[in-house]
Amino acid sequence: MILGLSLVAISGLILVAADHIDAPATMSGDAGDITDVYAFQGQNTSNLVFAVNTQGLLSPNATGAATFKENVMVEINIDNTGDNVEDLVIQAIKRDDKMYFFGPVAPGTTGTSSTVKTTAATGNVTISTYGATALTAEQNGMKFFAGPRDDPFFFDLGQFKAILGGTASGFNNPGVDTFAGTNVMSIVVEVPKTMLGSSSTINVWAETKKKQ
Amino acid sequence: MSKTNKFKIITIALVAAVVSVNCDNDDSNGGSVSLDFSGTYVQQDQMARPAINTVFVASGQPKDDFNAAIPSAMGAKYQPIFQSRLLALNSAYTTNALGQTAAQLTGLLATDVLGVSKTAKTTFFDGTNILTGRALADDVIDVELLLIFGGSAGTSNPGLTKDNVNANDKAFGTTFPYLASAW
Repeated sequence: MILGLSLVAISGLILVAADHIDAPATMSGDAGDITDVYAFQGQNTSNLVFAVNTQGLLSPNATGAATFKENVMVEINIDNTGDNVEDLVIQAIKRDDKMYFFGPVAPGTTGTSSTVKTTAATGNVTISTYGATALTAEQNGMKFFAGPRDDPFFFDLGQFKAILGGTASGFNNPGVDTFAGTNVMSIVVEVPKTMLGSSSTINVWAETKKKQ
Repeated sequence: MSKTNKFKIITIALVAAVVSVNCDNDDSNGGSVSLDFSGTYVQQDQMARPAINTVFVASGQPKDDFNAAIPSAMGAKYQPIFQSRLLALNSAYTTNALGQTAAQLTGLLATDVLGVSKTAKTTFFDGTNILTGRALADDVIDVELLLIFGGSAGTSNPGLTKDNVNANDKAFGTTFPYLASAW
């Protein structure tokens, strides 16, 4: 039984990346495909920075045409009570040439369905264009960015696939960064820690949610 | 006061309240109030820790199902699945460098949230702090490879515990928005 499961598990393994193109419903170039989530202390250590990257493996040639979609909301979920249920959300959604941000605010309902918390608008920023200087905004103590960036993820995915496929027994040294020279569509928001509740730790995850 | 007048006063009060809320919004968000944000938005993708869905969930429909799951419901459903996947990747797994059994490691990973400290250094793992965030330069893949393949001392399967890609291909910024410009 265990052997059978193992074989199924191995044959079913098609490794892609951190979370790039991870599922049939969220393929490359899809605005709903999250590639990576980062959460780290800002330059101002009283702040936390959240970065959510989407649309992985964009070549430089394809990046100029890549866009955020008005029907796809990116939601950063924050649990500050340790039950893995979101107590606060930060929502980002595009309208025209801007990205609009709402929260941190308690969600209307937790779980898979959301509405935009329009009463908790905290700022907006003009979406940066490919090849131009990054446009940022600072409102309500928060900082905002949306636009193309270099994919910060690095991994010798090609060699890992070869290992799983049985054509290699280990990694090379040096390895080859499969994500070198590729871009993502990135949303970055910096938030004062005081806006995230009083707990000393939080649990964070990102979701893309599509308008029905 | 007649019922009609009461109704009018209430109506005026409500309208005034709505208008004042709108003004507030207008002040704080630079005019988004005229835009349409209505409707229901339903989860399409979910992610916290790197590579979890790609490594531990089978291709096809199961990956879509994982992306549509919420963290509070993941542990019970995915821990056994992750454990069999872990043992498929490394059939010799007993414990890892953190002392975690297969059940403990997969129990942690099955609930896909990123723990973030508001007081300590934020890092995926720096030798001291464990899962206190994820910084841009963190070599998260080496951490995961080590925990999957490295055994209790971190010295097993040395050819599998690091990919020898140790940094990004562009330097990160020290100021907002931190991520490097596009290629």
